[in-house]
Amino acid sequence: MGRKVGVEVSIAAADAVGLCDVDVVAAYPITPQTHVVEHLSELCASGSLDAEFVPVESEHSAMSVCCGSAAAGARTFTATSSQGLALMAEIVFIASSMRLPIVMFLANRALSSPLSIWNDHSDTMMVRDSGWIQVFCENGQEVYDAVFHAFRVAEDARVSLPVMINVDGFNLTHVIEPIEFWTKEMTQKYLPEFKPIHRLHPDKVVTMGAFGMPEIYTEAKMAQNDALLKSFPVIKQGWDELADLTGRKYSPVETYRTEDAETIILGMGSICETASLAVDQMRERGKKAGLVKLRLWRPLPVDDIKKAIARAKDVLVLDRAVSFGAANAPVTSEIRAIMYHESNRPNIHNVIAGLGGRDVTPDHVIEMLEMALADKTHGYNIFGVRS
Amino acid sequence: MAETEKNKVIKPIKNFAMQEYISSGHRACQGCAEVLAVRHVLKAIGPDMILAMATGCMEIISSPYPLTSWNIPWIHVAFENAAAVASGVESGLKALRRKGRVPDRDVTIVAMGGDGGTTDIGFQALSGMMERGHRVIYVCVDNEAYMNTGIQRSSSTPFGATTTTSPAGRVKPAGEMTWKKDMVAIAAAHGIPYAATACPTFFTDLQKKIQKAKEVDGPSYIHILSVCPTGWRIPPNKAIEYGQLAVDTGVFPLYEVEKGVWKLNRKPKELKPISEYFKGQGRYRHLDEKFTSEIQDKITEKWNKLVKFCE
Repeated sequence: MGRKVGVEVSIAAADAVGLCDVDVVAAYPITPQTHVVEHLSELCASGSLDAEFVPVESEHSAMSVCCGSAAAGARTFTATSSQGLALMAEIVFIASSMRLPIVMFLANRALSSPLSIWNDHSDTMMVRDSGWIQVFCENGQEVYDAVFHAFRVAEDARVSLPVMINVDGFNLTHVIEPIEFWTKEMTQKYLPEFKPIHRLHPDKVVTMGAFGMPEIYTEAKMAQNDALLKSFPVIKQGWDELADLTGRKYSPVETYRTEDAETIILGMGSICETASLAVDQMRERGKKAGLVKLRLWRPLPVDDIKKAIARAKDVLVLDRAVSFGAANAPVTSEIRAIMYHESNRPNIHNVIAGLGGRDVTPDHVIEMLEMALADKTHGYNIFGVRS
Repeated sequence: MAETEKNKVIKPIKNFAMQEYISSGHRACQGCAEVLAVRHVLKAIGPDMILAMATGCMEIISSPYPLTSWNIPWIHVAFENAAAVASGVESGLKALRRKGRVPDRDVTIVAMGGDGGTTDIGFQALSGMMERGHRVIYVCVDNEAYMNTGIQRSSSTPFGATTTTSPAGRVKPAGEMTWKKDMVAIAAAHGIPYAATACPTFFTDLQKKIQKAKEVDGPSYIHILSVCPTGWRIPPNKAIEYGQLAVDTGVFPLYEVEKGVWKLNRKPKELKPISEYFKGQGRYRHLDEKFTSEIQDKITEKWNKLVKFCE
């Protein structure tokens, strides 16, 4: 394989989009997404990428342009973050319902107010139920590889759904990481030309975006849910073939030192790298700790999660967003629901950490674990609150 | 109305398309001049087109799944983004054509919205589309209120008209107390190559303008007055006549702005008094003489300004 090059993760992601020979990029600037689209506009300006770069006047229009472009049968990319996602949210839901295979790079950032440009997962949890395929990444190489995978899955005729690549803002978007680049040949081998089942063109007339009366709406939503669930084997197949090509194996749920683990930490995104160091430290102290990393958030890999945590005594779920007034934070809510009917189920603990860019260190993770194990209320705790 | 009715034989437009691109059987109200305007717009362009439509009357009457009235490629995404969706279709096709993945021929991209979807909620997306220079014809079919949701006022509702959210009362005796937004001037201020007003009563003028817009290399904006019998409280057989009156009283002048040059397309020797236009319209029924004369003054003033502009 090729050698690794130190490069900023946002730049690498933009290069990956370029290698995919994207046709249309529509985006509006928002921190910390900017480096991705800046680099794409450079690639277009220099002529090294033959694409239409549409510098829209809002994120709402960014997603709307993406809908039009994908409906015309063009490979389509956008990137945003936080408030940008909130503004485009209306069209985010429509994009998946119209089965438009758009790929979005989401630099995860806290929602206002108070205004914060720093990382947590409140933005992506806002559109949790939007019907997009949602993937999380832990490091730069994962982000880079995820771009090729996202286009392949989204545009697959069996799927035809948009894909959101979640990348922790600053913690991951702005760091320089060693990344092994793909070649044009590899990309062409892995990613076939986008051939939509229907496209807007006078040669074959279609009506897209009709309205649904009560006698059809339920069926439409059922079909949409089916489509998202059925994307699961295609997502896995995409990762398997990516492994054949690069030697890097990705799975919906990944485990680290969980074989004999009594205590498991479960998280999503870059916090998993921190948590893996905490696991190592605990192992050194003779504690049987392990880590479960949830890469695929939608469609939720229910059976894989069950398998990964069933034998543990305690599971600590690290959430990066608050679901105000709810019984749990979003990820915990799912994990507890999945395990409810299992006869052998671990104690599931919930800690919310790293809100609005608050640093989380391996020591913090150990502290959270101790805090959670001591708490018998089965509620949730927000870690690191200063009184 | 008798004085406006003339049994004129209208000369058929050259190459008037016999093909229909919106089929009958749609669910528009009786006497709807908006769907008539749409029919003429599509006829003027022909089959090689794609239409991106905003949520509104025209969308809701034409696309109850699994039925469709459209004989052309048609997409509806949301209310406020027809201009942005059309920008995306145009950009996508441009890239695909350059890369040889779709047939190498011109396809006209049209975006269409009502007055709410254009002058209010879709205003920003439209401005963005025009500023970025997408080759899209934007058509606003203006029936002067949110008719689809039950006749609520928009920024295109004229002074003095009552709607369900601008009722006439003791505090607001005129009903709508603000003046209609001047969209063509706003569009022209973007420096786009072509902007115009039209009305389906004058359908040859309308079709000519659409064909002009089709030929320009860049964005174009056509603002069409679409008389709404339901919302204006007039009989369904009067929409064409009221379109004529709106033009002949100077309430809705027909003009175009081509590469910055303003031109009046219909200049009556003398404007008819607006009272003739107001008469019979339920939405103006409450207006007293004071308001009518105030509105007349404003219309005359605007007309004179426009005539000067077009000299």
